[in-house]
Amino acid sequence: MTKADIVEDIAQRTGLTKKEVAETVDLFLDKIGDLLVDGRHLEIRGFGTFKVKERKERMARNPRTGDAVPVPARRVPVFKVSKMLKDRVAAKSAEPTI
Amino acid sequence: MTKAELVEIIAAETGVSKKDTAQIVEQIMDNIGRALVDGDRVELRGFGSFKVKTRGERLARNPRTGASVQVPAKRVPFFKASNDLKGRLNGKG
Repeated sequence: MTKADIVEDIAQRTGLTKKEVAETVDLFLDKIGDLLVDGRHLEIRGFGTFKVKERKERMARNPRTGDAVPVPARRVPVFKVSKMLKDRVAAKSAEPTI
Repeated sequence: MTKAELVEIIAAETGVSKKDTAQIVEQIMDNIGRALVDGDRVELRGFGSFKVKTRGERLARNPRTGASVQVPAKRVPFFKASNDLKGRLNGKG
């Protein structure tokens, strides 16, 4: 499923134009990005929380040469899935999805 | 930030009413949730993708009694941020 599919579905369900829906969806994703860049988080009840985690600098190895190389400290975006969504997904029995 | 605050900011920029914006935002979560329940993957270019990982059955121990218990296979929703978004958080792009 892509953004276009989601926009299509929402336009149909709500009767709003695809343009309105597409603009809103785009801005929604952009704004989540913006607030993560600012180090803020967004909690959406029943869905999950977008937030930023700090990763410390660590040593890693170049798998080809075996050389130790430092991986600098960095910030990574994470999404913590709400218990409600986890439970909904888990409730469907585990079967191969592909 | 809360969903309500975000809706307000988006509505101010698009000119779409707050009510309609709130509805769209709600429907975004619904769509992603439904797709995940169905085991589908959702890819949002430049943002990231949501998918379901299947964790195999495993043996675990009850830490109190030490008894082995079978943990059944389970489906877990998962978000992978795009390289774009990861880059933005580290001052690239």
